[in-house]
Amino acid sequence: MPVPAIETENLTKEYPFGFLHLKKRTSLEGLNMQVEMGEVFGFIGPNGAGKSTTIKLLMGLIFPTEGDARILGKPISDVEMHRDIGYLPEQPYFYDYLTAAEVLDYFARFHDLSAADRKERVQKMLKKVGLETAGKIQLRKYSKGMLQRVGLAQAILHDPKVVILDEPMSGLDPVGRREVRDIILELKRDGQTVMFSTHVLSDAEMLCDRVGVIVGGKLRGTGAPGQLVEMKTQGMEVLFELPGTSNSPLVAKATRTGERYRLEVTEEELYAAIDQLRAAGARILAVSQVKATLEEFFMNLVEADRAQAAAVEVSEK
Amino acid sequence: MKRVGVVALNTFREAVRDRVLYNLVFFALLMIAAAILVGQISIGIEQSVIVSLGLSAISLIGLLISVFIGVALVSKEMDKRTLYALLSKPVRRWEFLLGKFGGLVLTLAVNTAAMALGLFLAMLYVKHSLERSDSSVLIAVYFIWLKLALVVALALLFSCFTTPLLAILFTTGLYIVGLYVQELRDLPVEVLSPAMAAFTKWLSFLLPNFENFNVMAMAAHGRAIPGSLILNNTLYTMIYCAIVLTATVVVFSRRNLK
Repeated sequence: MPVPAIETENLTKEYPFGFLHLKKRTSLEGLNMQVEMGEVFGFIGPNGAGKSTTIKLLMGLIFPTEGDARILGKPISDVEMHRDIGYLPEQPYFYDYLTAAEVLDYFARFHDLSAADRKERVQKMLKKVGLETAGKIQLRKYSKGMLQRVGLAQAILHDPKVVILDEPMSGLDPVGRREVRDIILELKRDGQTVMFSTHVLSDAEMLCDRVGVIVGGKLRGTGAPGQLVEMKTQGMEVLFELPGTSNSPLVAKATRTGERYRLEVTEEELYAAIDQLRAAGARILAVSQVKATLEEFFMNLVEADRAQAAAVEVSEK
Repeated sequence: MKRVGVVALNTFREAVRDRVLYNLVFFALLMIAAAILVGQISIGIEQSVIVSLGLSAISLIGLLISVFIGVALVSKEMDKRTLYALLSKPVRRWEFLLGKFGGLVLTLAVNTAAMALGLFLAMLYVKHSLERSDSSVLIAVYFIWLKLALVVALALLFSCFTTPLLAILFTTGLYIVGLYVQELRDLPVEVLSPAMAAFTKWLSFLLPNFENFNVMAMAAHGRAIPGSLILNNTLYTMIYCAIVLTATVVVFSRRNLK
């Protein structure tokens, strides 16, 4: 059986708080998750859901209260395994007294690359992330988006097998976002595994083979974006034009935009609705399936989580 | 060890680019002014005045750099989160710590050596020649550098488990206490209970002894510094630094970064 690229078992992180650190807040609760080799995995969830906590645990920046994780079959405590991993921190910041080329060269030195190899890779990476003309400027003069690009370059500089990106699109303009999307797809084409966290669902829908949805420190579901959204009941949408007026209750129910009306009905009601609309003099323009989006699925989870948190708060009172 | 060297060289580069070595300009101006003034107002004691002033300045400037930059070595990396990307490379936390320590000690070596050169030039200006006995000034500068290395190790330790402000206070406080270790050791037993006497003696061995590094009076008067003191101070610094750095590694290796 092939080894998963990333695997977590009951991964839990609690933070003590309060004056004597006697109280505990759970940031991540019993995470069991697998990212397969060669896939693009999106880790989605609202702010504070536990995405960055998970990634920091995987990178050994913080330590789990319980549970364990492995990357490429090796325990996360094995620092040598970092040779095969690339990591982009959330809102990355680098030594601002260095230029982009110097910072990349500095990081490349930890991968035992020769001077010539380092030079070649640094130039290639600067070009790849669109910083070839800014490579000799100190990072203190860089914008947030430019720092994000440097962060991405240092993450993929050494051709890692697994790339972990924490909010890679954050701080980027539309052009930058598009470029990052292209880089992720390029990594996938080259057989590299990519796990990235985001709260921008369209990015996840567009790029990911599978996504994991995390809310309130708990994993609420994993699967292909399409699979996840099928959990929601689907409906049908009828688009029509209506010259003049009508007393039909269906027309009253429809949403009007200019001359056009949009009506949502269930699959069972569809044919009866079309008949009624035609009888009322409507011209049917289009009939299409209403697919629940990942956003709706996501919002349902977030709202359920908030309702549960509120219920717990009331019962505690 | 290669990774330690990479971090150390970058720490040195940071100090240079953040203009830490600009303090040398201040030192140079001080030495020029002192050399000119001393020649005019002191009769026969030019050597001791210029050496005392020079060594005090080297020590004070070095201490300021050691405490403030020593505390910031790790805390700034954690605060600005520059450490995140670095630790995602095949770098162990102890390699990072040793590299940071080595980088600042290297910076201090360059800084102290440059100031020593300035001091010798001032001495040459005042006395018009250098003698063999002036080598004790060089040894005094070496002792200052050893002392600074020890201060950096302490600053690094405190910065790993407390806030930068408290780390500065603890390091400075320990340095001041360390100047009076001999007095603590020599407290008259009759004024203390036996238990208290044992405690102060034990404490005096535990605390860093900075008093041994002060040979300013000997250097100012051109007296020879015994070879055994050079050896003792060198070994003491190496062993004490090793213990403090080991404690730092133990603390930092378990620390959750924010």
